[in-house]
Amino acid sequence: MTFMTKLLGGAAALAISASAVAADPAIIFDLGGKFDKSFNEAAFNGATRWAEETGGEFREVELQNEAQREQALRRFAEAGSNPIVMAGFAFAGALSEVAPDYPDTSFVIIDMVVDAPNVRSVVFNEHEGSFLVGMMAAEASESDTVGFIGGMDIPLIRRFACGYAQGVKAANPDATVIANMTGTTPAAWNDPVKGSELTKAQISQGADVVYAAAGGTGVGVLQTAADEGILSIGVDSNQNYLHPGKVLTSMMKRVDNAVFTAFSDGPGLETGFQVQGLANEGVGYAMDDNNAPLVSEEMVAKVEAAKASIISGELSVHDYMSDETCPALDF
Amino acid sequence: MDKMPAWADVLLVPLVSLILAAVLSALVILGIGENPLEALNYMIQGALGSTYGWGYTLYYATNFIFTGLAVAVAFHASMFNIGGEGQATLGGLGVALVCLALPWPHWTLALPAAIIGGALFGAAWAAIPAYLQAKRGSHIVITTIMFNYIAFALIIYLLNNGLKPVGQMESSTAKFPEGAHLPTLHDMLAVIGIPFSKAPPVNISLFLALAACYGVWLLLWRTPLGFEIRAFGKSEPAGKYAGISPTKIIMIVMLISGGLAGLMAINTVMGEAERLVNNSVQNAGFIGIAVALMGRSHPLGIILAGLLFGFLVQGGAELAFWTSIPTELIVVIQALVILFTGALDNMVRMPIEAVFTRRRLAQAGRAENTPRTPGNSPPPTTAAE
Repeated sequence: MTFMTKLLGGAAALAISASAVAADPAIIFDLGGKFDKSFNEAAFNGATRWAEETGGEFREVELQNEAQREQALRRFAEAGSNPIVMAGFAFAGALSEVAPDYPDTSFVIIDMVVDAPNVRSVVFNEHEGSFLVGMMAAEASESDTVGFIGGMDIPLIRRFACGYAQGVKAANPDATVIANMTGTTPAAWNDPVKGSELTKAQISQGADVVYAAAGGTGVGVLQTAADEGILSIGVDSNQNYLHPGKVLTSMMKRVDNAVFTAFSDGPGLETGFQVQGLANEGVGYAMDDNNAPLVSEEMVAKVEAAKASIISGELSVHDYMSDETCPALDF
Repeated sequence: MDKMPAWADVLLVPLVSLILAAVLSALVILGIGENPLEALNYMIQGALGSTYGWGYTLYYATNFIFTGLAVAVAFHASMFNIGGEGQATLGGLGVALVCLALPWPHWTLALPAAIIGGALFGAAWAAIPAYLQAKRGSHIVITTIMFNYIAFALIIYLLNNGLKPVGQMESSTAKFPEGAHLPTLHDMLAVIGIPFSKAPPVNISLFLALAACYGVWLLLWRTPLGFEIRAFGKSEPAGKYAGISPTKIIMIVMLISGGLAGLMAINTVMGEAERLVNNSVQNAGFIGIAVALMGRSHPLGIILAGLLFGFLVQGGAELAFWTSIPTELIVVIQALVILFTGALDNMVRMPIEAVFTRRRLAQAGRAENTPRTPGNSPPPTTAAE
């Protein structure tokens, strides 16, 4: 009897919570995990900031494997969550299936373009931000050799690498850029041990600044760089605080702002194609107390000058994804 | 001969295992400060509370029926095929190659071709370990599990080098042509006017799985080959003495087993994703072992166990969506169920058998103490009967 009452009570609670869910926004994190200190965490921070500022609630789920994407999307859409934000390029396939089935739900995909009337696609000009940190890396390097460690080997990450290499060459045409990718599967987003190994390999080749664009794998890169006494560059979130005085800067990609804006705009948000670049502060480099001793005024002045000329169009950074080639780096 | 009645073997043992797993899972959930009853409620509501939930439960059950059958067929010949995961992965490759090879005009043409493709690739992947076992005595458990890893690596390589369309970031093949899309349960039930949620991917493969169950039953219990398989499985020396070729049985059984595992890809690759993605098997190959153990390697038992595991996987996914129970702990709960129903079967079976044996001995003892009267003895049988 008591069991039945509890069960019924539970069912009632479920009914209430199910109705409360309606029209709450939802976010789906990609493989790599919510607390990767990087891409997914930036998305999570944006969602949390929205919840704190508005007092609203949101639904979230971390994927267990790549085959679950469509189910996660449908689940939230069926439950009435709106808008639904996806952090990651890999949702494109699933979203183009699901979006037409739920025309009244607004979807937001980050890092990829899906052409549907109810989808907002937010993409970032990572090559521009990477160009700036590449300049800083070249300035800070004493061995004239800098490293790049990517996560999964996809055009998007090559775009980071290519922008970075162009920045390095712009500041120091004689510098060498060593680039490595962690892997070819989503597991590469969360493999700090491999990240650490690659860092050591790059150090043995002479690199004294490494840039990690690898999600959770970057944690291992930054750790090893700090342990081995070389500089590192973080990505997506501001990672300067992870090893104060050892992280040169972080290539900020304001995924948090994209999520925050999407949640604030709410159901029926403006759809279409949104580019976040240097001009609208979608990407940039991080300066705070943790890295202030590492970055000279002169360095900042040079980078700011380059930033201004990229924004004005004087200086154009080649986008790897436009033609899948890179003038400054061979993959 | 039988230590306990059939009902205890088929129902009581799995039920007790399940209850033990549920109690432990409840303790885990309590331990992280969540309400286990509420969690159970979410699971039941999410997996069985709507046609949406049923759709996903049946979708997962379809996978587990295929892989469960694959393991069961091999079990009957005393072959422990734990390579279902790899065979299903390769089956996916076969299905994808077939679906992408031609601009299929209609699914009725694409389906039989994909069935052949999936089964052929799955069987081929099982053939190498089978040959090594039959001819070289390399243990099938070791070789099949190693072949899983080779299969994963092979698929990752092929997806990134060749199968992935140029310019696409996600490592998957292109989408299959419209004519290779299978009808979902929603489409099929709509014909006879039954409303069913459009969202879940459950499709015609469910009926293919049920047909495969019938086929396996026919094969094992109604054909001379099935008799040979079972005889060989019960005792290899006796089988040899009866003129059964071990090489032939091992090869045939593993080919069938691999083919059945490969057929799973019809459901996931062709039915759900409609393209080949990385990790398309989602552990169904391993869960198939638990399904076969729990279903006592009988097609009917496998259908029931497949449904149970479908419920667990779908219910577990729902837990991840609606509670703050971390995904890792949901995996722990699913693992507990597999552990108890699959691996620790004997832990429950032996005490229950002991109870039944003691009761029977006690009854036998009582029967011996009561003096027999001629009227109680069974009527004499005649040769004519």
